[in-house]
Amino acid sequence: MRREPRAMGRAALVLLALWEGAALLLRLPLLPPPHLVLQVLVRELPRSLGGHVLASLYRVVASIALAVLTASPLGLVLGQSRRLDRLFSPFVYLLYPVPKVVFVPIVLLFLGVGDAAKIAVIYAILFFQVLVLVRDSAAAIRPELILSVRSLGAGRRALFRFVYLPASLPAILTAVRQSIGTAIAVLYIAELFATQRGLGYYIYLQGSTLFDYPAMYAGIVAMSLLGLGLYFAVDALESRLCRWLND
Amino acid sequence: MIRCEALSFAYGNRPVFERFSWEVRRGEVWAILGPSGCGKSTLLLLAAALLRPQRGAVWIDGRRWTHPRPRTGLILQEYGLLPWATVAENVALGLRIRRFYGPDGRHAPRDRPRPADIERRVAYWLERLEIAHLADAYPAHLSGGQRQRAAIARTFVLDPDLLLMDEPFSALDAPTREALQTLTLDLCAERGVTVVLVTHTIEEAAFVGQRILLLGEPPNREAQIVDNPHPPVAAYRRHPDYQRMVVRLRSALEERRAA
Repeated sequence: MRREPRAMGRAALVLLALWEGAALLLRLPLLPPPHLVLQVLVRELPRSLGGHVLASLYRVVASIALAVLTASPLGLVLGQSRRLDRLFSPFVYLLYPVPKVVFVPIVLLFLGVGDAAKIAVIYAILFFQVLVLVRDSAAAIRPELILSVRSLGAGRRALFRFVYLPASLPAILTAVRQSIGTAIAVLYIAELFATQRGLGYYIYLQGSTLFDYPAMYAGIVAMSLLGLGLYFAVDALESRLCRWLND
Repeated sequence: MIRCEALSFAYGNRPVFERFSWEVRRGEVWAILGPSGCGKSTLLLLAAALLRPQRGAVWIDGRRWTHPRPRTGLILQEYGLLPWATVAENVALGLRIRRFYGPDGRHAPRDRPRPADIERRVAYWLERLEIAHLADAYPAHLSGGQRQRAAIARTFVLDPDLLLMDEPFSALDAPTREALQTLTLDLCAERGVTVVLVTHTIEEAAFVGQRILLLGEPPNREAQIVDNPHPPVAAYRRHPDYQRMVVRLRSALEERRAA
């Protein structure tokens, strides 16, 4: 995907113009024009909306961090050892497609109404995404490379440090990038239950209870910006950590 | 330097070597020649202690190794460089690994202190291999010849006394290949490095190998050796002896196939 700032700015302007045009044409309370939504966004951010953004940001970042920190080492190990992979991959294949979102109410029962339950649900989904990507990248390392580095004296620890870890960095970052989209989608669902903090709750409250549509859209825009900001952060990290992939 | 004693090795139930014996003396320059699947790469990996014989023994420098020997260098045809590391980082890799472990006698020689002057040594070998200007380039941006120069520099920076090479020049065009053959032989001669080069190309075996080991359809039981003493200079390629050797190796390979 191309991520040139100028092209993205242009695309954002086009989308805003289309939205403005559609709102002007339809004149529905359900579709307020973007200039109104942005006004509400700017007004509400320092007030209640800001707190909701922070609550959601914390949940997304915590679950992604937890998933990367636990799933990538496991993925590296499974990618290195065909024996362990044969042992574990049937479990991964069975559990990966299970729609974990449906367990939100059950997880709430076990972990209570706090942040832990929401983070756990997002984590459970991301864990498998990261695991599979990192395992496949570690397994795809050419045997010639391993032989060469072993001939230079590398044992298991050095292979991990000098080969498997750097080889898997792009996969880990790709997994994080994919995770952001998934995490935010799941976040919305998770925040519909048993909480009064978070963008999911805010959007639902404004749209379905208070019928304040500009505020609801402000929440949606805030959620999108949250995702976009995290995307940019991962891009910046990638161009720093994976220099050999640049150009 | 290398002594294979009644060595047996099989992949599953496909034997490659059966009670095979062969010896390389210190300072010799060998080529191992044979068709694909004859076991020449297997023999090289056995000598590098990256494979272990199922029966018999491989002695390197008077010892049976269970892990790669620190003063043995290995250069493969391709994919030996870390794609995410620059040329300079790749050349420094062996020294970094030694610093990572310390002189433990297993991953790094016990009698040598932790390499402190990595940068200076890397700079020297980049210069010798004429790739100093590529120090900050990544392998993907190099030509095949430049990549192999980096691989050679990475090996020599560790001061090897035995150099094992598996088709190191096969993917290169002819002028690059011949230049690198000469350069590698010069470096090895200068530093007294014992050389074993695996190749499927008769011309390469005839030019590089002062002694040539012929392998045929596995299982290999006996070492068929052709002596080929000659000056390792580019001009030798135009000498009638070289042409005769090529013809002789060709018929020897054909005989083995017919047998």
